[in-house]
Amino acid sequence: MSTDSQPISASSPAFEFKSGVITIPVLNLFSTDINVITHQLLEKIKQAPEFFTNSSLLLDLSAIQDQELNLALLVDAIRNSGMRPIGVRGGTAYQHQDAKDLMLPVMAAQNSTNNAKQEAPVKLEAEVSKQESPDPVASTTTISTIINQPIRSGQRIYAKGDLIVIAQVSAGAEVIAEGNIHIYGTLRGRALAGVQGDESAQIFCSDLQAELVSVAGTYRISEDLDESNRNKPVQIYLNNQALIIKNI
Amino acid sequence: MARIIVVTSGKGGVGKTTTSAAIAMGLAKKGHKTAVIDFDVGLRNLDLILGCERRVVYDFVNVINNEATLNQALIKDKRCNQLYILPASQTRDKDALTKEGVGKVLEELSKTFKYVVCDSPAGIERGANLAMYFADDAFVVTNPEVSSVRDSDRMLGILSSKSKRAELGEEPIKEYLLLSRYDPKRVKLGAMLSVEDVQDILSLHLLGVIPESQSVLSASNAGEPIILDENSDAGQAYSDIVDRYLGEDKPHRFIDEEKKGLFGRLFRS
Repeated sequence: MSTDSQPISASSPAFEFKSGVITIPVLNLFSTDINVITHQLLEKIKQAPEFFTNSSLLLDLSAIQDQELNLALLVDAIRNSGMRPIGVRGGTAYQHQDAKDLMLPVMAAQNSTNNAKQEAPVKLEAEVSKQESPDPVASTTTISTIINQPIRSGQRIYAKGDLIVIAQVSAGAEVIAEGNIHIYGTLRGRALAGVQGDESAQIFCSDLQAELVSVAGTYRISEDLDESNRNKPVQIYLNNQALIIKNI
Repeated sequence: MARIIVVTSGKGGVGKTTTSAAIAMGLAKKGHKTAVIDFDVGLRNLDLILGCERRVVYDFVNVINNEATLNQALIKDKRCNQLYILPASQTRDKDALTKEGVGKVLEELSKTFKYVVCDSPAGIERGANLAMYFADDAFVVTNPEVSSVRDSDRMLGILSSKSKRAELGEEPIKEYLLLSRYDPKRVKLGAMLSVEDVQDILSLHLLGVIPESQSVLSASNAGEPIILDENSDAGQAYSDIVDRYLGEDKPHRFIDEEKKGLFGRLFRS
């Protein structure tokens, strides 16, 4: 109704610009040897084809900016492997020109030549300090959310710190935490820990029947769960980007 | 103050109206003045199950819109003088229900009645939400199959987060599980979820198991609440449920298959 009073011409707007934030994988290149890169990349993809296939990819050239690189060949090789490069960052002006020729956008480099391993903690610290600044007393403790009731289908719980559920999580429910998730009951729904990128976050549950479990964006769906873990008490964590589910 | 009971499920066709009619009649037969309200505006059925469809003059929506008084709209049951029915409107839709209107009607009923049973429509939209909003107790009717169980689980989530009690931070709605259309034979064959399976998924207090029964259909068609049929197992199951709700300690029945002779096995499909 409110749109009626606005002076809009006959056609309503066909689009709008909005800024959005998404997380995409970044490929930090340490070598310019395309054969070696391709070989190792295919090995990685084999481990989780569903995750990598058609996944967008940002190429970080910071570590190889003083080396000669045939970007066109590299991009071709990556595309053939099933992933979709969508831009580059870091690197030299010469490499940037190559990227432009390939119609790939050049993004701002991550401060200086840091690689991703240093990046994540830096980002986290920034967030943590932002949160804690208004309340200096609680600087060393993270806030935990404790839930005593069953979390039913369709319900969604988000916790800033750790999430502790002393009941079941039903199929079709979602429990999401920036920190760890503990479920002292059956997990039938989805559990996502470390959703702001904390790769050290873990999920614990006393009976794993989950639809999906995820730590810092690395996930596994029910179908891919190992039968030896199903209906068991488990611990779920990341080890070198791989999601490990261990019986406890 | 009346105790407000909502009979709900999420999924349709699981036996909400049959249960509402049976429970309301059961409570009334025990001497408690009981009103049963049909919240399924536009798909009125409760009057048929209770056999009073030919006596409907005014309905729930009329009362909400102040077109009739509550006493004009309430239909007194002919079999039990403690039971009153507030039928739904067949010519309107769920949008005719308002939170204020429903609240006003329930408040007025609370003054004179001991129990008010709200027969919720299926779904999780307006009608169902308003039926459960003011409730003190919830009877969650579930069939032993996965989609019904999941819908019930969803409904339980809504009960615990969107009711008046939840919004005001009061003691939460008491939730009870009623497992209907239960067939121990099919459970044994693995074709149906067992009582344990359903309780494991819903973790809810079991008020009773109502066995699948031919007599429910004939009772519905005849406009006789099944609880009045003392010979049928479903009728007995509802009697047990009313007794348990009122605090009696009765062992659960109809969970295990009854022993049958050769002929029984041959002739019952």
